[in-house]
Amino acid sequence: MVVAGSGLQYLKKGITPHMWCPGCGNGIVLAMIFRVFEKLDYRMEETVVVTGIGCWGKADDYVVTNGFHGTHGRALAFATGIKAFNPRLHVVVLMGDGDCITIGGNHFIHAARRNIDLTAIIVNNFNYGMTGGQVSGTTPSGMYTSTTVYMNPERDVDICALAAVAGANYVARGTPYHGFELETNMEEALTKKGFSVVEVVSPCPTHYGKNNAMRTPVEMLKWIKGKAMTKAEYDSLDPSITGEYFPIGKLVDRDAPDFNTRYDEIRGRAMKDRTP
Amino acid sequence: MTTPRMSKKSRYEIILAGAGGQGLILSAIILSEAAIREGKNVVQTQSYGIAARGGLSEAEVIIDTEEILFQQVRNPDIILAMTEGAFAKFRSLARTGTLIFYDETLAAGQHGDNLLGLPFTRSARDLGHGASANLIALGAIAARTEVVHMENLIAVVTRTFSVQALQTNMKAVLMGEDLISGQVFRN
Amino acid sequence: MITTPNQTQLMQGNQAMTHGALYAGARFYAGYPITPSSEIAEECSVLMPKLGGMYIQMEDEIASIAAVVGASLAGAKAFTATSGPGFSLMQENLGFAVMAEVPCVVINVQRSGPSTGLATKPAQADVMQARWGRHGDQSVVALCPSTVAECFGLTVQAFNFSEKYRIPVILVADEVVAHMREGFRIPEDGEVTVIERKRPTCHPRRYKPFETDIDGVAPLASYGSDYVFHVSSSMHGPDGFSNNDPVNATRKIEQLHRKVEFHRDEIVITRSFDIEDADVLLVAYGITARAARAAALAGREAGIKAGVLQLLTLWPFADKEIGLASERVQTIIVPEMNYAGQVAGEVQKVVGPDRDIRRVNRYNGQIITPDDILEVMTR
Repeated sequence: MVVAGSGLQYLKKGITPHMWCPGCGNGIVLAMIFRVFEKLDYRMEETVVVTGIGCWGKADDYVVTNGFHGTHGRALAFATGIKAFNPRLHVVVLMGDGDCITIGGNHFIHAARRNIDLTAIIVNNFNYGMTGGQVSGTTPSGMYTSTTVYMNPERDVDICALAAVAGANYVARGTPYHGFELETNMEEALTKKGFSVVEVVSPCPTHYGKNNAMRTPVEMLKWIKGKAMTKAEYDSLDPSITGEYFPIGKLVDRDAPDFNTRYDEIRGRAMKDRTP
Repeated sequence: MTTPRMSKKSRYEIILAGAGGQGLILSAIILSEAAIREGKNVVQTQSYGIAARGGLSEAEVIIDTEEILFQQVRNPDIILAMTEGAFAKFRSLARTGTLIFYDETLAAGQHGDNLLGLPFTRSARDLGHGASANLIALGAIAARTEVVHMENLIAVVTRTFSVQALQTNMKAVLMGEDLISGQVFRN
Repeated sequence: MITTPNQTQLMQGNQAMTHGALYAGARFYAGYPITPSSEIAEECSVLMPKLGGMYIQMEDEIASIAAVVGASLAGAKAFTATSGPGFSLMQENLGFAVMAEVPCVVINVQRSGPSTGLATKPAQADVMQARWGRHGDQSVVALCPSTVAECFGLTVQAFNFSEKYRIPVILVADEVVAHMREGFRIPEDGEVTVIERKRPTCHPRRYKPFETDIDGVAPLASYGSDYVFHVSSSMHGPDGFSNNDPVNATRKIEQLHRKVEFHRDEIVITRSFDIEDADVLLVAYGITARAARAAALAGREAGIKAGVLQLLTLWPFADKEIGLASERVQTIIVPEMNYAGQVAGEVQKVVGPDRDIRRVNRYNGQIITPDDILEVMTR
């Protein structure tokens, strides 16, 4: 018996308890995805959930739509092939910050540039949780991880800014704390034609929290809440302190033609061309 | 006047040598396609890489009534040398029976058995289309040897070029034929 | 005089591989340009959209093979083409295709290495990369053409094996065969057998994407059909979901190998030339097989009874065929464009350590000539 609106029909039965740690944001985000799937009436047959490798990359284990669990960093490239050949499918790509932005950064840039009609839901927990809390491409400068014990000497990449400049049609950021707004953004992303990105800034109390003096899930969530603000608030900040905060909500919303639409034009031209 | 012709063979090995950009690969392709029209087996290979951008470029064609095993030319029957460098590389083969067509415009004053200097480049300039020297050479080769029949060469040239480019290129082939019929042979 | 077999046309090896793929029903190409394979990409960019298919140039070779795998699961016959450096980049996701049993074809037009090497020159040094380039226990099929006609025919065959056995098939070509032009007639539809992948016929709710039939191969559905399914790079059970049970892992690894082993007699293709009475056996593959055949003929003219066994399938290895052909010969010669004797070593395994194998190796970007082989034959 599935409660209407819960999205539980998308959850694989008999597999809980899930493998994620107490206080992890992944379960909250997955439940949200299921609810939006139900709201949008996504059929199992027409939906493909594509994952890479990492904690969030295990999400496909819990999903009963079509599933694809790929290799580390390449989820978007696999998904591009699926969507390009069958544009009728809803292809939803779940990646962590290591998967999507660090090892897979180039595919992320080019999926956005190509504006292929995929939705990337990126859970950014600032470190590599699955392998024990090592530094990632989104670990803020000066923070601690299991491979930056003296502090991170490198800077982090802004996932949303990168998506925006690379050409994504829709970009939003949220946190599990701001659940209602995030769910709204997720729905917008899934219904947007073209490449859409939702970054979820999410707690990893087990590693990132522990390494940075946030011992409980509540402390971590409060830390994230304290850094999040609306785009208007963020834009009014003094530039010297913007690095301490991040804007949440919808950041980019445009309607450039997606890859498959453009490719249909190519087919039209090619079929008119009479040369053998 | 009658022109001496190379006696008909069941197999021909041909090298077209010159500079990258002279259209030698295209000539090799046209020659090969003409041979295919005659039901022959053909293998066409080429040097590749930096040669395509100005160095010595070589295209090879083997035409045979039998199956062609090894794909490269080993005993060339015919060589076209479109630059001085190409001529210098191959001229010694004339002594062992290879018929060498060379561009007299670029390598003047060379004489000897099996050496056939013709003004390919100058004729192309006269035609107002310098890039057609390779086709003039092909016309000359077809006229002088029996490697392919002239009508097959013309058929392939007709198919290869767009309507706009065809007239000049067809003139070039026929000009090559004229160079042979007007030639006073030294050998 | 002018017979005009008008359908025979001059065709380049790369072009013939492209047309072979299209003939086999390929409608998706994802790739990244690299010499000496780029003509395949160019040809596909022209022809795929005409046929309602798709050409997509990806950001690198990692993404190219990934997109090919994705499209294959969406129902396409899909392929890519590359050369050594790109083939190296493809290996991890090619491993995915092995593990998730996704049909796909990779054309590797070999060039000289290591690394950028002699980037425009031929080599035959990726024989082992084709077989062992990926980590882990796995099995693939690799085919190797020596003529433009074989470029076409073996590409069709590559798709057939790939679709039939749900396995990536690698076409190991080389720069010379890829750029060479020969007369070739594209067969009419139906003239060459084209095999389609086995689709599920059970009720969708009963479908398990890795539950094998008696032939060791499970039917494969497409995303978007009535059959909902899950595939994984992780060790998985018949339902495609993660399964770490050692019994399951044993069964899966054995199945990946045995589906090839059980069908090796069908997959291993060789051609023999004058080996019945031969004293000298030349084992050759790819472009070098042509020099070997010319050398064998020249040898016979000089009174040496030479024959050639040409390997059109490199993997699985033609051990039975080589064993049989080498039984009565005195001398075995293996010419190949690599230093280590990648195939010679395999031949040695077949005939045993006591038999002398004469090797002819070139690794300077130049081809092996009949004279090179003849010299070793008459030594």
